Amino acid sequence: MDIPYTVKTRPDTGVNNAKLGIWLFLASEVMLFGGLFSAYIFLRVGAPVWPGPLLDHVYTHASEVLNVPLATINTMVLIGSSVTIVMAWASLAMGDFKKYKMYMLITILCGFAFLVIKYFEYSDKFSHGYFPEESTFLAIYFVLTGLHMIHVIGGIIVNLYFWGPGAKMWDTDPDRFKHRIEIAGLYWHFVDIVWIFLFPTIYLL
Amino acid sequence: MTHGIEPESGGMAVNEGHEASEDHHHEEASFWRKYIFSTDHKVIGLQYGFTALLFLLFGFSLMILMRWQLAYPGEPIPFIGWLFSDETAPGGVMLPEFYNQLGAMHGTIMVFLGVVPLAVGAFGNYIVPLQIGAPDMAFPKLNMASYWVFAVGGLIMLASFMVPAGAAKAGWTSYPPLSNIETMGQTMWLFGMVFLITSSLLGAVNFLVTIIQLRAEGMTYFRMPFFTWTQLVTALLLLLAFPPLEAAGILQLSDRLLDTSFFMPSGLVISGEVLDISGGGSPLLWQHLFWFLAHPEVYVLILPAMGIVTEIIANNTRKPIWGLKLLIYSIIFLGFMSFIVWAHHMFITGMGTSLSTFFQITTMIISIPSVIVLSGLFLTLWGASIRFTTPMMFALAFLPMFGLGGLTGLPLGLAPTDIPLHDTLYVIGHFHYVVAPGTIFALFAGIYYWYPKVTGRKMNDTLGKIHFWGSFIAMNGIFFPMFFQGLAGVSRRLYDGGASYDFAEGVIHFNEFMSISAFILLAFQVPFIINFFMSIKKGKKVDSNPWEATTLEWTATTSPPLGHGNFEEVPSVYRGPYEYSVPGADSDFSPQNQP
Repeated sequence: MDIPYTVKTRPDTGVNNAKLGIWLFLASEVMLFGGLFSAYIFLRVGAPVWPGPLLDHVYTHASEVLNVPLATINTMVLIGSSVTIVMAWASLAMGDFKKYKMYMLITILCGFAFLVIKYFEYSDKFSHGYFPEESTFLAIYFVLTGLHMIHVIGGIIVNLYFWGPGAKMWDTDPDRFKHRIEIAGLYWHFVDIVWIFLFPTIYLL
Repeated sequence: MTHGIEPESGGMAVNEGHEASEDHHHEEASFWRKYIFSTDHKVIGLQYGFTALLFLLFGFSLMILMRWQLAYPGEPIPFIGWLFSDETAPGGVMLPEFYNQLGAMHGTIMVFLGVVPLAVGAFGNYIVPLQIGAPDMAFPKLNMASYWVFAVGGLIMLASFMVPAGAAKAGWTSYPPLSNIETMGQTMWLFGMVFLITSSLLGAVNFLVTIIQLRAEGMTYFRMPFFTWTQLVTALLLLLAFPPLEAAGILQLSDRLLDTSFFMPSGLVISGEVLDISGGGSPLLWQHLFWFLAHPEVYVLILPAMGIVTEIIANNTRKPIWGLKLLIYSIIFLGFMSFIVWAHHMFITGMGTSLSTFFQITTMIISIPSVIVLSGLFLTLWGASIRFTTPMMFALAFLPMFGLGGLTGLPLGLAPTDIPLHDTLYVIGHFHYVVAPGTIFALFAGIYYWYPKVTGRKMNDTLGKIHFWGSFIAMNGIFFPMFFQGLAGVSRRLYDGGASYDFAEGVIHFNEFMSISAFILLAFQVPFIINFFMSIKKGKKVDSNPWEATTLEWTATTSPPLGHGNFEEVPSVYRGPYEYSVPGADSDFSPQNQP
């Protein structure tokens, strides 16, 4: 006996299994990042100055320590990739597989671009001797952005799979494939939204 | 609330799928696919069950060693003392460091590797799809992954005994700064926890989707058996409460491996030296994040137990559950409230009286739904002609034992009475009454009750009753004196059982009695183990519904259930879960799938 509602929508709940599953997963992810954001607030409220002392200098604004222009570019890159993954899904909905491939590729490249920019940002910090053990501000900065980066990498792997070998499903079960892209998209939007909260909280406030 | 799906919409699709896939699934799967890397929820449930029972026995053995030390401090452990190395117990005499390892790992193993995997992973996995008429869990591969991730987490925890300086010693709560300056075992503990959290996250998503999406035709929310309801609420708690602990675990790992100071305040002095750290962190942060998980975790431990007991009480009183709808609303309310009571574990941290006030009020409120559930079950007994089967004995014992555990919790929920009782043996007595003769008795009840479903044979009743009475008396022998010791002010963390502690003088003589009770408890698990294995081959053969129950797992499939897909044909549901002794009905039970 096969499991019902893997593709079809259950009439009384209005969703299929995977869509409900991803929303529940994202709810738990909200609690994970929520826990870390709470930790950030807790530490910041308890600190006399924020970001505070760092290598013989006391900073009063996060933007003096972190690179705001690079992070702004990264925000644009991620928002752009959120748009293109919707376009990828919409292309499938219209039956245009070629366009899907193109938009998905752009999404993946945006993901890589984000990582490259992040690499420059991190290596600049390390070269100044800004390591996580130097201050609580840097510690929470590295943990939050690092965990977010792991989520970006996870998303890239999933998207690469659906762009490459996973795309074969389009020929055998197009409806299910479309659902999968929608779900990958929901996850990618979540990664984007986390960054949209992260960026002002850590870099600007 | 949503109503069950209409006959023409969902049921048909299922039947079509059933026929189409018939030919693929009938060839014999290999041993590995069938028993080791199975995606069948029943096999995975059994895997969870066996693993969890082994961990329960292991966790209990750790406590047996500790109880020896408490009763006879400084005397070598008899019979097996020679097994221990010089770092743990030279000449069989336990070192304080080893005692601390045993304490921390007993808590961790019992909670995260014993009770929860048995209550949720085993019973939930095996029973829930059968009770709602589903062919399997919604995501079978995820289900398999969740078991194996759990197994890896468990192995890491076990392996941590082997690393230099042994396993974690900072208690199951791992409070910093102690846990931050701990030896390597603590890092292993954190890695193990990350695996266990991931496993329970996968499981929680799976349970929620299964219960919401795969209910059979006619199985509305309010026709779901109470056990499935408890699993639904439990899954929601696991889904939303565990991530903050994962966050806390990440921060502690970072403190330990990257030398950050999330939990280390500035100017911390250890062994007379100021630590070379950046500081600026707070040990309280860990406590908040930890208890944000660990209080809902208490309900993760107790809710499935309430579910099991409810099934058994309805079945053996041959009556509907008193106020079933009220019970369901109560556990939903309980689930939500459990997220805003966590800081009642932290009254002595000096977090401030206004916060204390808030958490005292929420704590008093959360006791109400538990009382409603317990009252509903007690009232169900009223006027019933009770069948005293082995599962029913355990279920009946659950009620007063859990009641005692709950009531002794009230003084701990109010700051003025908690402050003197905090960290005394009173606390240990309180939560062990909830979890040991409470939850673990319910789990035993569940094993005796559903054993015929899994094997097609009943367990032996005489051995079962010996197991019950022995365990019941011995458990009270262990835990009841803890209240006296705790009220006298004896700390829960004394390696010598209080010998060097003035407060303990009048109550220290209980230690030997409690320890002997613990050894007796161990001895009375032998009939259970014999019964458990012997009945697989020698138990009395039974038909598909030996207890004459009403729920789908008994009425719609064979015992043991059919392999792939559970049911010959998809069941339809026409009535509520506990329609026993319906006036005018042919028999004293009306199955849910009887039109």
